[in-house]
Amino acid sequence: MTLLEVEGLEAGYDDALVLRGVSLRADANEIVAVIGPNGAGKSTLLKAVYGLVTHRTGTVRFDGEDVTGVRPDRLTRRGLNYVPQTENVFPSLTVAENVHMGSLIVPKAARKEAVARVHELFPILGERPRQRAGTLSGGQRKLVALARALVTSPKLLLLDEPSAGLSPQAMDLVFDKLLEINRLGIGIVMVEQNARRALALAARGYVLDGGRNAIDGRGADLLHDPKVAQLYLGGAGTTASSSTSTSTPSGMNPATK
Amino acid sequence: MTPLLEVRDVAHAFGGVRAVDGASFDVGAGSITGLIGPNGAGKSTLFNCISGFLRPRSGSVAMDGRRIDRLPPHRIARGGLVRTFQTPRALLRMTVAENVLLATPRHPGEQLGRPGREREREAQARTAELLELVGLDAHARALAGTLSGGQRKLLDLIRALMAEPRLLLLDEPMAGVSPTLRVELLHHIRDLRDRDGITLLIVEHDLDFVMGVSDRVVVMNNGRVIAHGTPDEVRGDERVVDAYLGARHEAA
Repeated sequence: MTLLEVEGLEAGYDDALVLRGVSLRADANEIVAVIGPNGAGKSTLLKAVYGLVTHRTGTVRFDGEDVTGVRPDRLTRRGLNYVPQTENVFPSLTVAENVHMGSLIVPKAARKEAVARVHELFPILGERPRQRAGTLSGGQRKLVALARALVTSPKLLLLDEPSAGLSPQAMDLVFDKLLEINRLGIGIVMVEQNARRALALAARGYVLDGGRNAIDGRGADLLHDPKVAQLYLGGAGTTASSSTSTSTPSGMNPATK
Repeated sequence: MTPLLEVRDVAHAFGGVRAVDGASFDVGAGSITGLIGPNGAGKSTLFNCISGFLRPRSGSVAMDGRRIDRLPPHRIARGGLVRTFQTPRALLRMTVAENVLLATPRHPGEQLGRPGREREREAQARTAELLELVGLDAHARALAGTLSGGQRKLLDLIRALMAEPRLLLLDEPMAGVSPTLRVELLHHIRDLRDRDGITLLIVEHDLDFVMGVSDRVVVMNNGRVIAHGTPDEVRGDERVVDAYLGARHEAA
């Protein structure tokens, strides 16, 4: 069943149009990865879906309803939640208070159980409940931000670079957590610069370039596509022998027209 | 030979949390040193202590054999130690090119007459060159606020280069940068050392990058240096595997 369907979305900031017609689909319980060069519009796509950026044209359907331009707080209540790349916790609040903030939209009777459930997924929450989130390291903050989003029992999570700034071990932990979260029946649409890891995890992958859809397909297919490797994954890497493709891009910025 | 940078028993605490707890290491002139460690190990706090943004509670930092740990950041920067930040700090209502030009050392705008104009032209040319280096040339006249997160990171990097550093501290330069660009930047960073003679100290979690580019790697955990050596030595160190790499990333 299709949970999220984005069609021909155009959006941007003030006078700068960033998304120039992007379409994307995520089924219930599916992991979708969005990759592409810097400035391709990946973060803007998530923000536009979550109602943080005004759209110009196009539609966003979630859970069978048109939610184009619906306010973020209303989307959260409908089961769509978002974790930004930075500034994703309340720094002056404690770890426990951050999770509590997330839980405020949960009916009071169910709140305790919702919080207990995320504690099971993230033991760190119980280890230092009274530490201010602003004094946590980047990786620990990420976990708190994920927990804050999860406590609302979403159907779908939009994640902006969940692995950025994480040590290898913390990154393994976060990607493992994403799989665990997904196994609970929660869909994930994530933007990632760690494109290989993300595609390996994803059922479906989208490459954005210059604010448009460039390539999409099954995560595994994209991962082994020599053209994708060459243009977007930083060379042939481990997936193929070094290519002598004639379509070698300028390399620095394939997005630049 | 005296190392370019000497960090001795540096400690700093926030409230009761000892973020850096007696860290010592050297950075040799003309070397590339990687600084790695788990999230929360104290790497960014140590960076702040070295670059003057925080005053260490104890210990010392010396560049060229001279103490710098009591100097304000701008004096340290003028002495040739320039840093970037994990979260980029561009001036969003100025254009991308203006942001780079601002970092020009001994600012030519403050000089009158011909020498000033000549230096101004040089600065313009250098700006164009740097923008091209990181693929931002098409955005030169756009407001920095319109750049994406990853592009702002690149802008931060070339602003630091514009200041003509002798010692450049990079705080997670690869986070948020696309894989294609990472490969290119790795080569550019090597060039900075080989061609321009810039010494580099780099905090970064992308291990392929750190291990590929560094001569020496310093590993921190819980505010202390737990290992220091060549990439291979560090990769094989049991304490490093336990604290940082995790079993999956152990050297084969």
